[in-house]
Amino acid sequence: MFEKILIANRGEIALRIQRACREMGIKTVAVHSEADTEAKYVKLADESVCIGPAPSEKSYLNIPAIISAAEVTDSEAIHPGYGFLAENADFAERVEKSGFVFIGPRPETIRLMGDKVNAKNAMKKAGVPCVPGSDGALPESPEEVKEIIRAIGYPVIIKASGGGGGRGMRVVHTEAALSNAVIMTRNEAQAAFGNPMVYAEKFMENPRHIEFQVLVDEHRNAIYLGERDCSIQRRNQKIIEEAPAIGLPARLRDKIGSRCVDACRRIGYRGVGTFEFLFEKKEFYFIEMNTRLQVEHPITEAVTGIDLVQQQIHVAAGEKLSIRQKDVVQKGHAIECRINAEDPYKLTPCAGRITQYHVPGGPGIRVDSHIYHNYIVPPNYDSLIGKVIAYGDNRGQAIARMRIALSEMIVEGIMTNIPLHLDLLYDAAFLRGGANIHYLEQMLAQHNKQG
Amino acid sequence: MDLRKLKKLIDLVQESGIAELEITEGEEKVRICRSGAETPIYAAVPPSVASATTAAKAPIVTTEAVEELPTGHVVKAPMVGTFYRTSAPGSDPFVEVGQTVKVGDTLCIIEAMKLLNEIESDQEGTIKEILIENGQPVEYGESLFVIE
Repeated sequence: MFEKILIANRGEIALRIQRACREMGIKTVAVHSEADTEAKYVKLADESVCIGPAPSEKSYLNIPAIISAAEVTDSEAIHPGYGFLAENADFAERVEKSGFVFIGPRPETIRLMGDKVNAKNAMKKAGVPCVPGSDGALPESPEEVKEIIRAIGYPVIIKASGGGGGRGMRVVHTEAALSNAVIMTRNEAQAAFGNPMVYAEKFMENPRHIEFQVLVDEHRNAIYLGERDCSIQRRNQKIIEEAPAIGLPARLRDKIGSRCVDACRRIGYRGVGTFEFLFEKKEFYFIEMNTRLQVEHPITEAVTGIDLVQQQIHVAAGEKLSIRQKDVVQKGHAIECRINAEDPYKLTPCAGRITQYHVPGGPGIRVDSHIYHNYIVPPNYDSLIGKVIAYGDNRGQAIARMRIALSEMIVEGIMTNIPLHLDLLYDAAFLRGGANIHYLEQMLAQHNKQG
Repeated sequence: MDLRKLKKLIDLVQESGIAELEITEGEEKVRICRSGAETPIYAAVPPSVASATTAAKAPIVTTEAVEELPTGHVVKAPMVGTFYRTSAPGSDPFVEVGQTVKVGDTLCIIEAMKLLNEIESDQEGTIKEILIENGQPVEYGESLFVIE
């Protein structure tokens, strides 16, 4: 087992990884930018190394600085967290070439799943159902593209092959708008990802976003750990996540879960990963795979009782999985509310000093957050300042507990989206369950119109 | 307990106004006293490994708190790595205290990822103080030299 792990991330996930390491008796090295010198996990780390100024490109995305920090601290492994370099195949490769263990999949796997066209093809070969689409990158000829899209049927969504996570996509409703949409998406893709390849998929009108969690070791043992419903999103950013997805028949869950696990074995996957699907009319359609730990991992931990970060570390250390598929059971219901430092309805981010901070508690409440009283939320990074997770025997109890927790929570000095969460927790469509991925945006539009 | 950790503890005493700090880590123990303190205050710092402190037969180092940095321009590390005063083991150091330097003169090397990076002076003047020992790791922004 490792003696020292370098945490190449910041914020709440850095604290989460640190807690897992401390529990396992592993020393932690916290790398940080100048803006994060006062971070809680930096203060608690066994060692900390300032790797650059506030801007991410010079610090959290600075591969030489991070590897150098691992060298000077004699770390053995690097945990990339989520975002930043977590799905950067070059980073994973350089970490391994420099003699450290990268806590995640092999670089080739990250590269494969990072190219969305290749990922889809790999999934199709593995028998995972995919969103019907162009079966590969769109060709150059506008005439050919028209034919392909006609075969799929409008509306379609044009996506960048090098994109993902909600970026580089455009919906097209009519043939008249097609040509421009493809050109613009190609240009954006080239600028943002250095890759102009685009592909097309049928645009689903009312799907739910349901994703499956997998865990795979280096000895070809692979299991799925249930699913999560992440349909409450705006601008492709998840706001509330739940486990399990309500109304999902056990047969169907097992069928899709098994396909995901087969796919993992086929591509030689390693570590934790998530298969994201759109679920409509009782059918699952694969959209992409995330080859990392996800923000919403705590709800899976709550319903399965499995510590995903510790499992990542065990797998990276070469150990065999200690859990078998039949041991995995989802019990109860968990909800996560992402607390962002932003205006709840205008969604403008809001950095600043937290002048009053009071954390909720009580049965079934978990708070994953790095913030503390008088902490200054820096303006340089994303607005996620914490996650509140409520667990109950059923969805009703989880919702009740979350309402109570958020009513107790105080974060003053900055704006947060807690008021939006409370509105959702009393909203009829949310309470019914099974809302689709467009619901929150429709609700926000309604609210802003009335406002 | 390595020098870098010791330096951090000294900075902690300096910045926080603590009069006296004693830390036990395994068999090592360090006590840092600020000179001129009237009442000793013990600050508890969580040790990295939870172990009994009964068998502390290791040498006890008592160090005076460092003085304030002398006035002058401070050259800071532009990257993370290992600090070297010479271009190769056994060679003469690039600079010594008292030496005059021009803008662009090499002051030291920071080794990062097997590459040796020459760090140049951004100020003309005399080397007043060299703050890091040869072979010590440095982080981004760490003070290396004082030039007057």
